[in-house]
Amino acid sequence: MAETRHFLANNIRLSIGIFLILGMLGFWVIGSAITDSADANPISGPPSSAPNLKYLLGTDAQGRQMLPLMVAGMPITLRIGFIAGAIGVLTGTVLGFTAGYFRGWVDTVIRSASDVVLTIPALAVLVVVASTLSSGGLSVNSMALIVAMLSWMWPTRTIRAQVLSMRERSFVDMARLSGMGNYEIIARELLPNLFPYLVASFVAAVAAAILAAIGLEALGLGPQNDPTLGMTIYWSMYYGAVLSGWWWWYAPPIVVLVWIFVALYMTSSGLDAWANPKLRRT
Amino acid sequence: MTIRQLAARLVVFLIVIWAAASLIFILPHLAPGRNPVRERLGQQAAGGGGRALGIEEVVAAFEREFGLDKPLWRQYVVFLGNTAQLDFGVSLALYPTKVSTLIWQALPWTLGLVGVSTLLAFVIGSLAGALLAWPGVPRFVHFIFPPLMVLSAVPYFLLGIALLFIFAFKWSWFPIGGGSPLTSFPEWSLAYVWQIVYHAVLPASAITLSGIGFWALGMRGMMVTIANEDYISLAEMRGLRPRRVFLQYGLRNALLPQITALGLALGFIVSGIILVEFIFRYPGIGSLLFKAISAFDYFLIYGVVFILIVGIALSTLVLDFIYPLLDPRIRYSKS
Repeated sequence: MAETRHFLANNIRLSIGIFLILGMLGFWVIGSAITDSADANPISGPPSSAPNLKYLLGTDAQGRQMLPLMVAGMPITLRIGFIAGAIGVLTGTVLGFTAGYFRGWVDTVIRSASDVVLTIPALAVLVVVASTLSSGGLSVNSMALIVAMLSWMWPTRTIRAQVLSMRERSFVDMARLSGMGNYEIIARELLPNLFPYLVASFVAAVAAAILAAIGLEALGLGPQNDPTLGMTIYWSMYYGAVLSGWWWWYAPPIVVLVWIFVALYMTSSGLDAWANPKLRRT
Repeated sequence: MTIRQLAARLVVFLIVIWAAASLIFILPHLAPGRNPVRERLGQQAAGGGGRALGIEEVVAAFEREFGLDKPLWRQYVVFLGNTAQLDFGVSLALYPTKVSTLIWQALPWTLGLVGVSTLLAFVIGSLAGALLAWPGVPRFVHFIFPPLMVLSAVPYFLLGIALLFIFAFKWSWFPIGGGSPLTSFPEWSLAYVWQIVYHAVLPASAITLSGIGFWALGMRGMMVTIANEDYISLAEMRGLRPRRVFLQYGLRNALLPQITALGLALGFIVSGIILVEFIFRYPGIGSLLFKAISAFDYFLIYGVVFILIVGIALSTLVLDFIYPLLDPRIRYSKS
């Protein structure tokens, strides 16, 4: 316990990240207790009301109450991020280990494929997929799957690089000489040692997936029947909320999203410092 | 770079283009029972009231026009041929304007915005990152850095909305959107150019501000390693001026991985810019894409997405070709 505390005190970024994530949890727990999720629907309040004692964060032009909307929208955004991020890192781990450990032409194919796909603007491809597959709006889970299609490249790239350097270490040679098979070496020697990297790239993949998801939602391509944060931004821009001075319409989703992104960013760069002691100096 | 590497790189470029075109062709066919033309016309009919009467005839006419009544493989061949000539057909929403016309109108705006703001973010960010890692830099550098790092985690368009609220709505320093005044006509005058710059300040700032941290982070990592190299100490001992050691010995070496990173980040940057343009109603490719999505204008969507992919593939190709010119080690080792 004391050791953990000492570690967190030295790793300020990770501490801030964990603190912000706990804060999100707190916001959701308290928010669910004091708000009714039905109030996130249209005409649960008067249209375009500024924040007041009855409607703490105001209402949008369609009479959705902003506070319940944020309480309902935050977990949806995180869910999309977690599903897509998990799929991305899982795929990335399999591909990264295959490429980095076995090398050869498989490595060439995986490496060039991930490098090429990485340069493609993800949002553009997702727009094509989402606009083609969704006539009546997507569900939250299918949205997550669509985003997951383009969330494997960065994990593949980073994990491959780590496997490449780790397979040359002497403890891997030792394991090989003592008669371990390839898969045993991967499972018992490499995976445990690369675990911090996997966690760090999972957090980074979650952030990237959320970025892609809110991008789609903000363009009006997200789930239509769920109160997502990106859709809130889409409607506020659609109704010209900036020109009309309805700041309480777009400010809450921006604050919640910045909160999520900064929390994930701090956590992932803190985890990077944990995984890679060379970064700790600065 | 040898001829063989050059050729291999060109082949990869062509494969990307072909894959992008094929994806755009195949996807609509994967969605069962979907017919973009019919859907679009159905929507128009629903909006216009009684015009649904002759819709089947209209759909048939359209399908003949677009060759949709031919076998699939012939459609594919025709599609690839047209795409290779950058002919994406006709916009369904703005019939009969050609998709390519709309794209050529929007492209200069996006190129200007992306070019200027990415260049600014790259230069400022790299310089800031290099200074941060260099020993003996003024203390204030270490204070402006953390806020910029946090900003790099914030998506461009969220920052854009915040800037829009503060500088366009609250203080009215800058216009609330668009690329030029609605009442003016494009002309080569100083006043008009000034208006374009004036309208571009906010969107460009959003992209630049949240980009700086990303470049600074990568640069700092490289520079920390280089600052401890022996050849830096040697250069200092030889009595070279500190500025020269920093620029010629430190910065130049640390900059090369940044160029690689630029190639990899381009797709990410362009994804961000699509949304920034949508927020600022900037008349570029991103806004065009948004309009196409809201109007279910599939041919326009596919055309814009194809151009975006080609644009980025072309940029990374150019970056790969100029990389050896920047790095003498690559230039001389292979020849």
